[in-house]
Amino acid sequence: MRTLVDRVIALFTSLRLTVVLLAFAILLVFIGTLAQVDEGLYNAQARYFRQWIILSLDLFGHPIPLLLPGGYLIGTLLVINLVFAHVWRFQLTVKKIGIQLAHAGVILLLVGQLATDMLAHESQIRFAEGQSKSYGENARANELAFVTDSGQGAQQVIAIPDSRLVPGAVITDPNLPFTLRVQTYWSNSEPTFRAPMMKNGPLLASNGVATRFDFHSVPETRDPDEKNVPAAIIEIVTPSASLGTWLVSGWTCDDTMIELVRQSYMQEVGTDMAEKITAQLTQPQTVTVDGRTFTFSLRPQRVYFPFSLQLLKATHTVYPGTDIPKDFRSRVHLRNPTTGENRDVEISMNHPLRYAGLTFYQYQMDAGQAALQAGRAPTSVLQVVRNPGWLTPYVGCAMVALGLMIQFLFHLVGFLSKRRSP
Amino acid sequence: MKKIEPWVPLVLTLILAAWFLGSIPAPPDSTFAFNSFGKLPVVFNGRLKPIDSLARTSLLEIREKQTLNTEPWKGWNDDPKIISATEWLATLMMNPAVADTWPVFRVDNPDLITLLKLPDASAAQRQDGKHYSWNQMAPSFELLEKENDRVQKIESVQRSAYEAAVAKIFDRLMLYAQLKNTLQPQDALDWKQELADYQALIPAGVAAIRAQQAKQPYDATAYNAFIDDFQRFDNMSQLQSPLVVPPDDPSGNWQRIGNILLNAAKGEKIPAAVTAYADMGDAFRKNDPAAFNAALADYRASLVPQFSGALHKAQSEVFFNQMQPFYGALVIYVIAGLLAVCFWFRLSETLRRTAVWLIALAFVIHTIGLVYRMILEGRPPVTNLYSSAIFIGWGAVILGLVLEKIHRNGIGAVVSAGIGFITLVIAHNLAVDGDTMEMMRAVLDTNFWLATHVVAVTTGYASTFVAGFLALIYILRGFFTSTLDEATGRSLARMIYGIVCFATLFSFVGTVLGGIWADQSWGRFWGWDPKENGALIIVLWNALILHLRWGGMIRERGLVNCAIFGNVVTSWSWFGVNMLGIGLHSYGFTDAAFKWLSLFVLSQLAVIGLGLLPDRMWKSFQASA
Repeated sequence: MRTLVDRVIALFTSLRLTVVLLAFAILLVFIGTLAQVDEGLYNAQARYFRQWIILSLDLFGHPIPLLLPGGYLIGTLLVINLVFAHVWRFQLTVKKIGIQLAHAGVILLLVGQLATDMLAHESQIRFAEGQSKSYGENARANELAFVTDSGQGAQQVIAIPDSRLVPGAVITDPNLPFTLRVQTYWSNSEPTFRAPMMKNGPLLASNGVATRFDFHSVPETRDPDEKNVPAAIIEIVTPSASLGTWLVSGWTCDDTMIELVRQSYMQEVGTDMAEKITAQLTQPQTVTVDGRTFTFSLRPQRVYFPFSLQLLKATHTVYPGTDIPKDFRSRVHLRNPTTGENRDVEISMNHPLRYAGLTFYQYQMDAGQAALQAGRAPTSVLQVVRNPGWLTPYVGCAMVALGLMIQFLFHLVGFLSKRRSP
Repeated sequence: MKKIEPWVPLVLTLILAAWFLGSIPAPPDSTFAFNSFGKLPVVFNGRLKPIDSLARTSLLEIREKQTLNTEPWKGWNDDPKIISATEWLATLMMNPAVADTWPVFRVDNPDLITLLKLPDASAAQRQDGKHYSWNQMAPSFELLEKENDRVQKIESVQRSAYEAAVAKIFDRLMLYAQLKNTLQPQDALDWKQELADYQALIPAGVAAIRAQQAKQPYDATAYNAFIDDFQRFDNMSQLQSPLVVPPDDPSGNWQRIGNILLNAAKGEKIPAAVTAYADMGDAFRKNDPAAFNAALADYRASLVPQFSGALHKAQSEVFFNQMQPFYGALVIYVIAGLLAVCFWFRLSETLRRTAVWLIALAFVIHTIGLVYRMILEGRPPVTNLYSSAIFIGWGAVILGLVLEKIHRNGIGAVVSAGIGFITLVIAHNLAVDGDTMEMMRAVLDTNFWLATHVVAVTTGYASTFVAGFLALIYILRGFFTSTLDEATGRSLARMIYGIVCFATLFSFVGTVLGGIWADQSWGRFWGWDPKENGALIIVLWNALILHLRWGGMIRERGLVNCAIFGNVVTSWSWFGVNMLGIGLHSYGFTDAAFKWLSLFVLSQLAVIGLGLLPDRMWKSFQASA
């Protein structure tokens, strides 16, 4: 009688399981591609690929109830299937070596991608020429940061991730002498200037930027090239009294968004007024408790580096007589006080800088004719990626390619020699 | 008879080779030297190209043809007047009053025809209901512009067929206006004279403007004339017309005539090229071929010392345009394919040999075209959708020829000829989008990855199609004819299996190399982008076929049916995902490419349906049934 263990082994080593998983993988990739039309790349990815079980689909606006294994489940089962088959059927014969190598490569690829998915971290550095930065900003996550002097010219930063900003939440932090009460949170918002002598609605908050700007909630964007800019209304309460309410939003501190506001007002009311309105928007919000002043803002989540990068020169070349980009190139000065490094580096498309476990890629560029004419300083955006598993696809690919080549050459040689001697 | 037969393949090959070579030289110029004019170098869309290429690609964009029929209401047998692209462009640039009356804009959308109040087809009115002139559309420009402003606010994926047509005709009119303002302002009546007057006017005009700005008395006539000119040239330069004026030394940048005329007001000198083109234009407008040809020859001669490189490149490209190697190869593939299919009916070995010889000839021409393009561009073979079609065809032809060499049963020959023909037809239709040798955007500007990733993925496409085509032959030939015996069936299945192995290898390597390129350029190995997903599905599908076969879950017939579905998967990855942005919304369903893709998928599913029918319903395999 077959034991349970035998059956499990038989299941996990079976080719049938491989075939079923491959079929599901094809279906899932297809659905995940179609879903991007409506849901956008990021949401579709989260819903189908970075998922264990899928309970229902939405295609072209129609919900379809269907139970499907998600990307994680298929990937994990494939790895188990491959490892079992590999171990159980392993034969070190010349005939099988190609197939063994290819499968080991596939395992490495799958495991490497899983590791990347869990360990990799992406952020962006956006700087104008001359600017120096020692942190990257996360394009998808935000934080409510309180910055205060901690003496000796150093700053203390208390950052609260925006996932904690749920309406009704009460947030305390041992480093903050007050309590926060979250009243409202919008995952995407838009500001409008409260122009004097216009009919404006009631104030959203009693202090700060809300007295000069109205904000309203807008639907989350699905376009991977656009950003969601959250806004929240918080009340700051000390043990003795409430200090009032403030509105915090990425619109007041995220350079990219501020530039957008400036551009749109420039078209409406001209450069001078646009500058004034933008200045009103970016005026820092502060609160003073027990003699300590805290400047606070809801800003893109920061990742600090132990070194700094300064943008020396942003080069944006186009093909003559067109605006088709030919080359984006950033000349950057790297300063690392711990190692004493102090050097210039050049980062361009397809030529990233790998440094300190991070990779810096040329991402976007705003330094062409359009930027010059609009009076913007030449600006470059670098994508910063920490991915400890970055080498696995290289090795995995080489193994699979070599394995398949060996395997198929055997087939071909066998086939041809059979034909010659019938 | 027996004595002649061995010579048939050679003779037929020589005849077709002679036909191809004979069609290369352009018909000689009878009056104006348009051939020579077409070889002048200009820069447009960032690329140095001959006027001939500019004319052909522009006409393709505007009229969807490389030649202009000025009498489209006539039937083809009524001998309508057809003129070359270069002659059309020369007229548009130098005598726009005539060009504006030619029916050069193709308009298909009925709603758009109504909006622009264009006439219906009527031979008496000399209208064909599809092609209209600039003058016919001019009264509705204001309306069209308003409509286009509205359409531009809609994302291209959300546009209806009518809205897409509005955007398209607007682009075509813009291109036309750009070309019209290349050599002279569009409202010029006697440009040579006007240019001379402007040059003479500059000192007085500048003085008048300075005086006016300093609030001192000024020469009002000179002032007004100068401002008028300035306005015209500013309009001209705003249009971003082709850059026709060579720099002072070959390392500099080419310039637009509009910009030069504006800069002349600041005291910069007007290069000789501007006046040379004005001389040509003057002679052209006055219908004086001798003067035109002389001015043209002078200008060419003036370019020789410094720009022999540019002239040479332009000339090579014109030769390539005239050679039309892919068209020649296409025709020969058709003939070869028909011969090879006839061979299946056990007619004669000569048929098969002739087919193979002809495929070899077409393949040589195909290869010449492919390599010539690579040299002209300085790029690996695949840089865009157009060149991917050409390369997929080329790869498939090689695979088919190899199969034919091994099996000598006429099947590889049909695969070669069939896929060669289909892919070249696809390429021919893709060329309508404009210049097929466009410049590569920054992130794509790397020959290394274009040569490795793109070539590997495209080879994967080609081989998956070859497997699928073999499978189509198996089912269609087996179902509809009795010529497929068991041995041939088995050998077909073996070929399919071998090609699927090959396809797995290349599509896998190509896909992963793409990931590595992405990792190199933006730090993300895999981003689940539609194109990446499409390639991944091909890899998974091929792997699925192999595992099904290894596990004994499918046999000969199952393998064949799966390979046909490989065609569906590959066409989805090649074209389908590109339509995701457009195809799955209202616009896409009327898009021609979407229609063809749907038809293709349905046809493949229909053949799979046949493949699932039991043997007794087939014409072949009756003995075993």
